[in-house]
Amino acid sequence: MAAPLVLVVLAAVTVRAALYRSSLAVFIAERVEVASPLNAWKRVVEGLALLDLGVSPYSGAIFHETPLIIYLFHFLIEYAELVFMITDVLTAVALYLAIQDFNKVVFKKQKLLIELDKYAPDVAELIQTPMEMHYIPLKVALFYLLNPYTVMSCVAKSTCAINNSVIAFFILATIKGSAFLSAVFLALATYQSLYPLTLFAPALLYLLQRQFIPIKLKSKSFWLYTTQYASLYLCSLVVIICLSFFLLNSWDFIPSVYGFILSVPDLTPNIGLFWYFFAEMFEHFSLFFVCVFQINVFFYTIPLAIKLKEHPVFFMFVQLAIISIFKSYPTVGDVALYMAFLPVWSHLYRFLRNIFILSCVLIFCSFLFPVLWHLWIYAGSANSNFYYAITLTFNIGQILLISDYFYAFLRREYYLTHGLHLTRQDGTEAMLVLK
Amino acid sequence: GGMAAVLLLLLLLAAAGPGPGRAEAGRERRDALREELLLSPLPTGDVAATFQFRTRWDADLQRGAVSHYRLFPKALGRLVAALGVRELHLALTQGFWRTRYWGQPPLQAPAGAELWVCNLWCLFSHSVDKAWKELSNILSGIFCASLNFIDSTNTVIPTASFKPLGLANGTDHHLLRYAVLPREVVCTENLTPWKKLLPCGSKAGLAVLLKAERLFHSSYHSQAVHIRPICRVTEMPIPTLHAQRYVGGYGLQTGQICTLIYNSHPYRAFPVILLETVPWYLRLYVHTLTIITKGKENKPSYIHYQPAQDRRRPHLLEMLIQLPANSVTKITIQFERALLKWTEYPPDPNHGFYVGSSVLSALVPSVTAMKDVDVEQSPLFTSLFPSSDGSSYFVRLYTEPLLVNLPTPDFSMPYNVICLTCTVVAVCYGSFYNLLTRTFHVEEPSRGGLAKRLANVIRKFRGVPPL
Repeated sequence: MAAPLVLVVLAAVTVRAALYRSSLAVFIAERVEVASPLNAWKRVVEGLALLDLGVSPYSGAIFHETPLIIYLFHFLIEYAELVFMITDVLTAVALYLAIQDFNKVVFKKQKLLIELDKYAPDVAELIQTPMEMHYIPLKVALFYLLNPYTVMSCVAKSTCAINNSVIAFFILATIKGSAFLSAVFLALATYQSLYPLTLFAPALLYLLQRQFIPIKLKSKSFWLYTTQYASLYLCSLVVIICLSFFLLNSWDFIPSVYGFILSVPDLTPNIGLFWYFFAEMFEHFSLFFVCVFQINVFFYTIPLAIKLKEHPVFFMFVQLAIISIFKSYPTVGDVALYMAFLPVWSHLYRFLRNIFILSCVLIFCSFLFPVLWHLWIYAGSANSNFYYAITLTFNIGQILLISDYFYAFLRREYYLTHGLHLTRQDGTEAMLVLK
Repeated sequence: GGMAAVLLLLLLLAAAGPGPGRAEAGRERRDALREELLLSPLPTGDVAATFQFRTRWDADLQRGAVSHYRLFPKALGRLVAALGVRELHLALTQGFWRTRYWGQPPLQAPAGAELWVCNLWCLFSHSVDKAWKELSNILSGIFCASLNFIDSTNTVIPTASFKPLGLANGTDHHLLRYAVLPREVVCTENLTPWKKLLPCGSKAGLAVLLKAERLFHSSYHSQAVHIRPICRVTEMPIPTLHAQRYVGGYGLQTGQICTLIYNSHPYRAFPVILLETVPWYLRLYVHTLTIITKGKENKPSYIHYQPAQDRRRPHLLEMLIQLPANSVTKITIQFERALLKWTEYPPDPNHGFYVGSSVLSALVPSVTAMKDVDVEQSPLFTSLFPSSDGSSYFVRLYTEPLLVNLPTPDFSMPYNVICLTCTVVAVCYGSFYNLLTRTFHVEEPSRGGLAKRLANVIRKFRGVPPL
């Protein structure tokens, strides 16, 4: 399995290197869909230039990266392209190894449930076989590395790639079962972009499952493990934040990074829903709706945890998707991360209802984004509503994609336990509805 | 040769509107009139008013090739042409300038009438004295003064005190004549023909202020006519330090501010401090700042940059740049245009947003600082600022303000946008609510209502199994 992975990696690196040398690199780096005020490379360079001038990068409103990024690129600025290519490769390899391990876990669990007779007798075609699961990790790496979104993100040198890498390592550490590493990587991810905080729940559920600790609120071992994991996470977070303080000897980065993410002062257009909403918001309600939109990201965690407590990795996938759709400054790099997981649920294909139209919507919107941007900003023949409309459509497409996969997942679970060929009391074929 | 221009001296002060010497667009100016008025308070509480009217004319009067007189008075022109005068100085003065109490006189002239000419020759009789007599008679007629009393009894030929003031090709002092009539009285009769020498008379320009009844109430009155040849000046004097600024780039996403600073001093380099204040919604990227002089990068010796904070303070950029002699320095910095909240746009958002002028402060080398207020153009004014070699002059210059367009949201859409975006969020909420709170059930058969029975009838006709 290593050889095909190496081939895929080589192909990805070649594509990226070719694009770096071409004239498209400048065009892609300027695209608002790829570079947001939070992770644009231009702003990293600006922050480092401000530091050279003796001005704190956080004294202005340009630089919103964390001090660890300053540390990292202060030394590696010359090799930026190489850094981003290596980051992408590392992400893909981490996802590959994580999904390989996850497949083993799935297969073991499946075998256990079959032996315990939990499955209905006629669901043989729904059971995943090692044959079909063999190529899934490679497909995941392929989906991530050769996804045009990822390639554009890498060519634009958006620090979203670094965030994706940290999240991938977090997933790998969680699936391997190492609570400490998982907590550290989750702390790094939260430190960089705040929203991965919601991934705490699926990680905890997975680790509890791995340790065979039952998820009951009255169970003492459950609370013990939870406190252990939470304290690991919080301590790593505190250590990282204190390290950041010592870089510039000030706490200025906290309002500049986290205040910026939460209060959304910069209304630069992007693929998300926040910018136009707050550009057109009545000033009186601005604070209220900022709170509503931010709560919206964190709010699905508990209900999803309750529903999907037996399937924490799917929970993680849905949570990642919700973060990518509803975060304050989304980019296509965030979309690419959760899309990399789609091959893992390829066995759900038969239950997806709208996959064709949704993929068409997503592809067409991806092409229309730069067109309508050009018409608004350069040609002057369209206005902001056109771009906003594509934003809405793209987000609806993503939301319906995720809910379609969620529906398919739940339906398959129902069929596994109740049998594939359902009959009514009178023997006729039955339909399944969600009630 | 190139020295055939002529001057007429009078003084007048002008504002920057079109003056009497203004040429129509496209026409080359052969003649120009400049007026200057200097009002100076004297230490004793008196006020000195000095009017100067100067006409510069590129014409070869000696050759007699001129027939059309525009700004230059015809009477004097024909006199100069006929008698071959190169320089003529006539002054009629009433009163005595009290130098001790009033300071240096603006116009140096003795009491009475003074006339002196240079390079006088006579076409007809080849006699300078004859020409002199004729000149004084003609001038007597023009100015209604008894200059005809000038004859050999009051004329001298000085050898050292009086040298030609204009261009001269070797001076033969035998061609110089000087005469003074101390008894000559100046009155309204002399002022009127003097005013008539101006192209608009006393009907336009500063000459309107020359009212005889006020002028002759003064303690001192002097009126003079000076004609002399000067160098042909082909171009306008260029200021030493000037700058211009413009916005580069296209589209509503990015742009760049370009400032061009010109140092036109031929051999002195000097530093200049540039202050730029840019509003916060044009996000400057200081790592894109480039300063190029004569094709090479010019690093500023001092930079102070204070980045902007959204809705709180603007960008501040101050730089000390060394400008080499005779060079153009181009300073460019890139910016990104922000999208503002709809309430932050002015009532006419597509007019654009103004960026204030940038300020250039410099100590310009002073010899050439005088070029801005040219000795040639305003001799009275520059006499107030005696300049010495080596000292510098503080100059503060402002560049053009810029007008920059920002991308605008649709101002008619706030309710629609709120509804549509909340709809998208609600779609997600609704889908997830359904999937989280509902479970799968086998559907119970139901007879269905009227619509279903109707649909089944249609299906029976089609041959399709019923619902």
